[in-house]
Amino acid sequence: MTETAPAILRVRDLRKNYRSGETTLEVLRGVDFDLATGEFVSIVGQSGSGKSTLLHLMGLLDAADAGSIELDGTRIDGLSSSRRDRLRNTAVGMVFQSYHLLPELDALENVLAPLMVRHGVIEWLRVRHQARDTARALLDRFGLGGRLRHKPRQLSGGEMQRVAIARALVTRPRVLLADEPTGNLDEATGAGILDTLCELNRADGLSIVLVTHDAAVARRADRIVRLAAGRVDDAPLSSDEAGQARHAARRKAG
Amino acid sequence: MYKLLLCWRYLRTRWIALASIVSVTLGVATMIVVNAVMAGFSHEMQTRIHGILSDLVFESHSLSGFQDPQWHMDEIKRAAGDDIVGMTPTVAVPAMLNFQVRGQWITRQIMLIGIDEATHAQVSDFGRYLQHPANRGQLSFGLRDGGYDTIDSQSDTKAVTRPALEGAGWPHRRMRVERERVWREKLEADRRAGVDAGAAESGPARSVDQQVNAVLAATAADAAAPSADQAADQAAADPAAAGKPADPFRQARPEEGTKMDPAREQFTGIVPGIGLASFRDNAGTDRFLVLPGDDVKITFPTAGTPPKAVSDTFTVVDFYESKMSEYDSNFVFVPIASLQRMRGMIDPQSGLASVNSIQIKLREGADLDRVRDTLRKVFPADLYAVSTWRDKQGPLLAAVDMEMSVLNILLFLIIAVAGFGILAIFFMIVVEKTRDIGILKSLGASAGGIGGIFLGYGLFLGIVGAGAGLALGLSIAWNINSIRAGVEWCTGERVFDPSIYYFYRIPSIVHPFTVLWIIVGAVGIAVGSSVLPALRAARLHPVEALRHD
Repeated sequence: MTETAPAILRVRDLRKNYRSGETTLEVLRGVDFDLATGEFVSIVGQSGSGKSTLLHLMGLLDAADAGSIELDGTRIDGLSSSRRDRLRNTAVGMVFQSYHLLPELDALENVLAPLMVRHGVIEWLRVRHQARDTARALLDRFGLGGRLRHKPRQLSGGEMQRVAIARALVTRPRVLLADEPTGNLDEATGAGILDTLCELNRADGLSIVLVTHDAAVARRADRIVRLAAGRVDDAPLSSDEAGQARHAARRKAG
Repeated sequence: MYKLLLCWRYLRTRWIALASIVSVTLGVATMIVVNAVMAGFSHEMQTRIHGILSDLVFESHSLSGFQDPQWHMDEIKRAAGDDIVGMTPTVAVPAMLNFQVRGQWITRQIMLIGIDEATHAQVSDFGRYLQHPANRGQLSFGLRDGGYDTIDSQSDTKAVTRPALEGAGWPHRRMRVERERVWREKLEADRRAGVDAGAAESGPARSVDQQVNAVLAATAADAAAPSADQAADQAAADPAAAGKPADPFRQARPEEGTKMDPAREQFTGIVPGIGLASFRDNAGTDRFLVLPGDDVKITFPTAGTPPKAVSDTFTVVDFYESKMSEYDSNFVFVPIASLQRMRGMIDPQSGLASVNSIQIKLREGADLDRVRDTLRKVFPADLYAVSTWRDKQGPLLAAVDMEMSVLNILLFLIIAVAGFGILAIFFMIVVEKTRDIGILKSLGASAGGIGGIFLGYGLFLGIVGAGAGLALGLSIAWNINSIRAGVEWCTGERVFDPSIYYFYRIPSIVHPFTVLWIIVGAVGIAVGSSVLPALRAARLHPVEALRHD
């Protein structure tokens, strides 16, 4: 696992168990994973392989039982909850399968939500114009310039997911973590979302981790990591997958 | 910032939560109304008590009282100085009031109070409570020619509730005397004719009435027509009316041996409390057993040792109505000099009279308790008792205060019950919003921030509920009498019976401080009951919250 670009995420021997009564379910049993700056990596695996758990641990939504996670060379596991809250707000952007937009807020407010969380009321009054411009620019870029005042229930699935991506990006995160972003979408719409992600990776150099169980989706990434039974499966990729990955890398270089 | 925004959005989109604060609203409104009315009653009562009692009462422990009130008043003046603006001596003794209604003797237990007619009205609101307009200006124990109020002078309404007082005074007295004379003549005639007395009594009752009417009609429109302008009429009517009945009356009651002509003269005047002589019927009209102009007998103890009961005859000249039934059905006022004479309270050697107590009025704003304590230091406590009007009515005032606090506790429990409603609904909202909470946490919201949303939500609801309650409560408290009239009109039932309270309107006083406490308490309960749901929301695990459907 040597990369020329410095690793923005470095996961070592990560373990996570879920206890329910007497039985303990080992979800992650020592995962090692690196994400280079500007890299687009897919994590694939079957249901229950621990890929979502890994993503939640990297997104600071949960605490690991053992092992370490470094973001930009700094350990981010075992932090106090207030520092984890702040890192979640500033360094990581997350996109989910079911969009997770706040139903009471319109598209623009949903995008602004992370910035509202960051700033207190007084501070917000000072920065709100700038924040609104940023959010509007992002939504414009994703083709939602005309739907700023629409509530989530008035938007289509693809539109909701693009609002969710805009919300993840409005904080200018170091890493975008996407958990099955196309899972609830039809093929064409899903492809559009993936195009958006590829475009962000290529044009903005955004580091992206995409979790999916769909091999076709995974192939859009630079590299595919396979999780099986709580560990990274080092078995060689099928030629098809490898070819696709190379193809993607070439396209990116070109 | 997101907290405010989300609180606001939840408030606007979740009207069900507003249902939970309806009980807060009702509780707050009820508390405001109840407190206003209770404060109104309490204030009304205090004003009346204070109006009856003077600021300070200086009294002896014994019924015989102390001698030389003038010396005592000078001493009081010397001790308390500038604070005193008025003083009047009184004599108070327990006594019995007897009067005859349709041949039946009615006896009432009373407190007989001798007052100085010249100065008594200066120390209390005594004058305000009398029924004759002239007596309200300056009390006189002489019977008036008429002109007693047939309305309640203390109420706003101009409805005639006391038609019986129309003919009260000298006209009534003359009519009564004439009636008695005719009745006696009839009896005499019957006896002379050898008719059995029992048969006579039942038989001629009607004819006596007719006879009286005939006689009164015969003596022209003078004595028998008291309804006209009394003062002017009476001057002309007096000699005519007096001439006829004077002679036969003396014949009829030779055993009295007095040279007094009851149609022209009166006994010592008294002012009994209105409750002693009247009652209010269902229609709201006062019916009188005794009218100004009637004679009554009072039995009271003398000042000697041991006290002996003596009786004397008095003439009712007015009624006293403080609207405190305790006083109105207990007090009878007589001129102090007469009472002192009758009770033997005047020292035959020195000529000095004794009194029971001295009523003292202090200047506006004087510290009652301080003056009381000053006087207590000057006068030995084993001989004299000095008390403020509050001390005198301490238990009553304390009872009202206690009633109010108990009521407040009970009503506050209603709002506390509303708190549990808020608790339940908030738990539901937290469950419903679990995913949103997870989303906010994934965006970096802290546990405190999430809890803050729900606390703020509770605060908003509390403010809205208490604010609505405030508006409702104040509008009811300020318009309670129109509301009462409306309810009475709708249901046809009397909601507020003036005959019980002797008030014609429901008093209501809104104390801003009380209202403030009620609001603070209600909002506090709303916030307090959102603490548990807020804690639960704050402690939700982000991953599990996100998975929640």
